[in-house]
Amino acid sequence: MHPKKQLLDDAAKLLLAELEGKELTARERNQIPLQEMATQDPSERILNMNEVALGYTEAQVRIEAMRCLQCKTKPCVKGCPVGIDIPAFILEAEKGNYAKAVSIIKESSLLPSVCGRVCPQELQCQMYCTVGKAKKDVEQSVSIGRIERFVADYTREHGLDEIPHVGDDSGKSVAIVGSGPASISAAADLRREGHRVVLFEALHKAGGVLVYGIPEFRLPKEIVEYELEILRKMGVEIRLNYLVGKTRTVDELFDKDGFDAIFVGSGAGLPRFLDIEGENSIGVFSANEYLTRSNLMKAYAKTNALTPMYRSKRVAVFGAGNVAMDAARTAKRLGAEVVSIIYRRTETEMPARREEIAHAKEEGIEFLYLLAPKRIIPGEDGRVKEVEVIECKLGPEDEDGRRRSMMIEGTESLRSYDTVIVAIGNDSNPLIKATTDGIETSHKGTFIVDPSTCATSLEGVYAGGDIVLGAATVILAMGQGRKAARAMNEYLATL
Amino acid sequence: MNKIIAKKQLSATVFQMEIEAPEIAEARKAGQFIILQLGGEFDERIPLTIADADPVKGTITIIFQAVGESTHHIALLKEGDYIENLLGPLGNPTDVRHYGHVVCTGGGIGAAPLFPIVEAMKAAGNRVTVILGARTKELVILEEKMRAVADEVIIVTDDGSYGEKALVTEPLKRICETTQVDCVVAIGPPVMMKFVSLTTKPFGIYTIVSLNTIMIDGTGMCGGCRVTVDGRTRFVCVNGPEFDGHLVDWDNLLLRMGTFRAQEEEAHHRCLVGLDTKEGEA
Repeated sequence: MHPKKQLLDDAAKLLLAELEGKELTARERNQIPLQEMATQDPSERILNMNEVALGYTEAQVRIEAMRCLQCKTKPCVKGCPVGIDIPAFILEAEKGNYAKAVSIIKESSLLPSVCGRVCPQELQCQMYCTVGKAKKDVEQSVSIGRIERFVADYTREHGLDEIPHVGDDSGKSVAIVGSGPASISAAADLRREGHRVVLFEALHKAGGVLVYGIPEFRLPKEIVEYELEILRKMGVEIRLNYLVGKTRTVDELFDKDGFDAIFVGSGAGLPRFLDIEGENSIGVFSANEYLTRSNLMKAYAKTNALTPMYRSKRVAVFGAGNVAMDAARTAKRLGAEVVSIIYRRTETEMPARREEIAHAKEEGIEFLYLLAPKRIIPGEDGRVKEVEVIECKLGPEDEDGRRRSMMIEGTESLRSYDTVIVAIGNDSNPLIKATTDGIETSHKGTFIVDPSTCATSLEGVYAGGDIVLGAATVILAMGQGRKAARAMNEYLATL
Repeated sequence: MNKIIAKKQLSATVFQMEIEAPEIAEARKAGQFIILQLGGEFDERIPLTIADADPVKGTITIIFQAVGESTHHIALLKEGDYIENLLGPLGNPTDVRHYGHVVCTGGGIGAAPLFPIVEAMKAAGNRVTVILGARTKELVILEEKMRAVADEVIIVTDDGSYGEKALVTEPLKRICETTQVDCVVAIGPPVMMKFVSLTTKPFGIYTIVSLNTIMIDGTGMCGGCRVTVDGRTRFVCVNGPEFDGHLVDWDNLLLRMGTFRAQEEEAHHRCLVGLDTKEGEA
């Protein structure tokens, strides 16, 4: 079930010796077995915060790369939101030219170490892979994400990364609000054109959801640090502890500080609550709070951290996205005995990455499907004691094509918990909208932008990522950042 | 990085620091706060109200009480030292306007955030009465500054060591009974703000309270600071920190303040042990 890295590597080396140097036919490539990635053993990993997925070995990545058929039509590329030339970088990986592979990726994505780890590849590039299609199993697709991860990790660890070229000073300056994935990719593309770029981050660490949201066991923070360091080396200035809308408004950034254009990548950071009885009891946390305490404030380091973490034995997590998985698995690692994911639909509808769901199951997270929380019942001390749940059934599809969940009256029951984590989604950050006149937003509070340029209704102001999309994915945010930067570069050239 | 320009000890456990923070000093209004983090990997973020600011010098003043591990660490900093992370100004400014007669009530360290409001209320043309309450004489702070601005200052102490031996609610009730009061502002421990609100409620006097719940980011992204106001969940950091005291669910707020009490007590014990060692070495 959990083969050690050594075993997987030995098998890959044998196979590599056999295949290396041969002209492989498509048929032969199709017969190469999918390379499994080593992971930490579940019984060990629930006792630590270290990364669960251990990555490929060099022999494994070369074998996995050989599984790629180098389709001329490149169907995988259309599944990638930033359009990475996937067959091209895989071909370099097959040859062992890892730095070259990374430079191909970096033409489109600045964060390969991150995206290789956190993208839902089964819904993106790997969903369109010919190999997976031929085998009628997306799980059998070429492991594009794992190869991307390997080449990026390899070049980082061997100091082979090149700092992207920066053009001559254009005399223009751009303010970027937020330092998450959308902002990072916009910043890099704007800086390449020689503009002065300043990133304004409200928290005391840059990276957005990559630092406060996604846990160490899924995305080591040193990787995020490293990627941000490249941005700094390109000459991008990162200003921490700066809340646009409060420290300065958008208008002031133009008028007082003289910025020529602004990109808003402030994300969807406003946690949604269910608005049910008892939700303000002690021991009820938004997933944002729970994860921010653990990740950003390092509260998992119980003996060192000054930020406290709630002590829990029985934890209920409401929701079934990646954030819910992250919160549940964090709670387990912090010593909870029972952690239940309470979800009103079934496993098929769960929005989390398949790999994270599998990992959560291996770690003993309990999945309760077709069940919705109705109220939270505190004890006399005001602390969570029970959750009243109600059974659900699936109804017809809604406008997004997802089947509705319908409560079945009269099926209420009580379950005993001492902690509740609410992970039912986030709304867009309202501060910029509230402090800037003339920005058009939807009824959900997301910024309305021109889909081809990411321009907002206010001249010189562009926006991308979750502030436009609502809570989406890292790579979609990056795609928007790039699109906005392209349009901003054109706009700045006209000034 | 924010340099500490001046440090003053106001009482046994209360400290005042003037810190370089030009953009915050320029933007800040009465009633707003900052989040401070010392800069270490494991330091926590704590909210503190901006007690004063000098936009010309580019400094803000904070006044804090060393009550737990983090505030003890901050108290150990000296002039010339740096505070790495300072975010602000946060929260909504106080709704300052011409009310008529405003009674500003400060409990303990609450006098610090109260001062800029007293100033602003006075500047808006109000008659301002200040009631300062403290456990004992040594803990009364900012009396002189208040007297310089307010029309009247009343001091009460729990033990009667200075001023009237009473809780702030006693002179407050008296004033409400004998004179026209148009607005009451209360800042202090939650239990004090609760009782101020209960005192003014029968008189129907608009009462502004400044809530000091647990916070992490201070920008509205976690809801750790949430309270129930008029039956709705509100985030103190972005919807507040000031609310109508008559609409706050005080009992829930008081319970939620105790979420991490066990851990805080352990940390406090740890830091007192730490301080002992340091004094021993010196």
